[in-house]
Amino acid sequence: MHGHNTDVLLDDPLKRRLLNDFQHGFPISPTPYKDIGEQLGISEVEVLSLLATLQDDGFISRIGAVFRANSVGASMLAAMAVPEDDLDRVAQIISAYDEVNHNYEREHHYNLWFVVTAEDDAHLQNVLLDMEKCTACPVLFLPMLHDYHIDLGFELKWT
Amino acid sequence: MVDDIDRRIIVATQAGLPLTAKPYLQLATQIGISHDELKKRMQAMQDSGVIRRIGAVPNHYKLGYKANGMTVWDVPDEKVQELGQKIGSLAFVSHCYHRPRHLPEWAYNLFAMVHAHNREEALQQVNVIADILGDNDRGHDVLFSTRILKKTGMRIAS
Repeated sequence: MHGHNTDVLLDDPLKRRLLNDFQHGFPISPTPYKDIGEQLGISEVEVLSLLATLQDDGFISRIGAVFRANSVGASMLAAMAVPEDDLDRVAQIISAYDEVNHNYEREHHYNLWFVVTAEDDAHLQNVLLDMEKCTACPVLFLPMLHDYHIDLGFELKWT
Repeated sequence: MVDDIDRRIIVATQAGLPLTAKPYLQLATQIGISHDELKKRMQAMQDSGVIRRIGAVPNHYKLGYKANGMTVWDVPDEKVQELGQKIGSLAFVSHCYHRPRHLPEWAYNLFAMVHAHNREEALQQVNVIADILGDNDRGHDVLFSTRILKKTGMRIAS
């Protein structure tokens, strides 16, 4: 299942630790990369270069803060049951909205799943209604009512 | 809860921290506040839960987690909180939410995202969840993604 790039990553214990150990608890200090280097026994320059490589190779999407959904603005998970032969057209319309940050095709009667994020509820509702109008497909609204997960990142397994 | 300066911090950091020796100083200068103020505010947002974590955000798909399953469950409403907390604490669950049913089309009220290297492994994870829920599992389904049509980080307009 592993591609060539993943194998290279597996062979480098420093890259593994940078990926796995710093998904949370990244220092809020004047020189966070230097602090991480001290924990790993390498220099600040090496940390920066390894992180840049991991980012360039696509293993890290970014280094930064993960915000709780709905703490700023409003967001909603939505689903559509789109006839198979119309899926490409509808998916393109949905992906084209700036307010859509995730759009997945899933194997189910409800086959299109996306997340809409807007600065407030009114804008969110407008976007969802506009989507129904433009695609002629009804949207299943699935707002988050409660979040039960404490996000500390995800223990990566290398096998 | 989040004021205008917090909002500017969120906008400035959502694409990621710069890979420079003093990334927070660079952000603070960009926003027009002191480094101390930025630190204080980021700490406060972490304490209040607005920031869930700060760190590397791995690309699971690229790391070999090719099976991304949205598991959905119909559990009794009066037990959803207790059960959600149990499921949300499992190591292989990355998100766990209570969402509304839409009867008759949609009977599921508990969502848990699982990530595995392949479908077989994901289905084993589904069995673990089903065992924990026991009789409270009145029906469930797993929706595997077949195409990622769009994926970007959270974006709010500046």
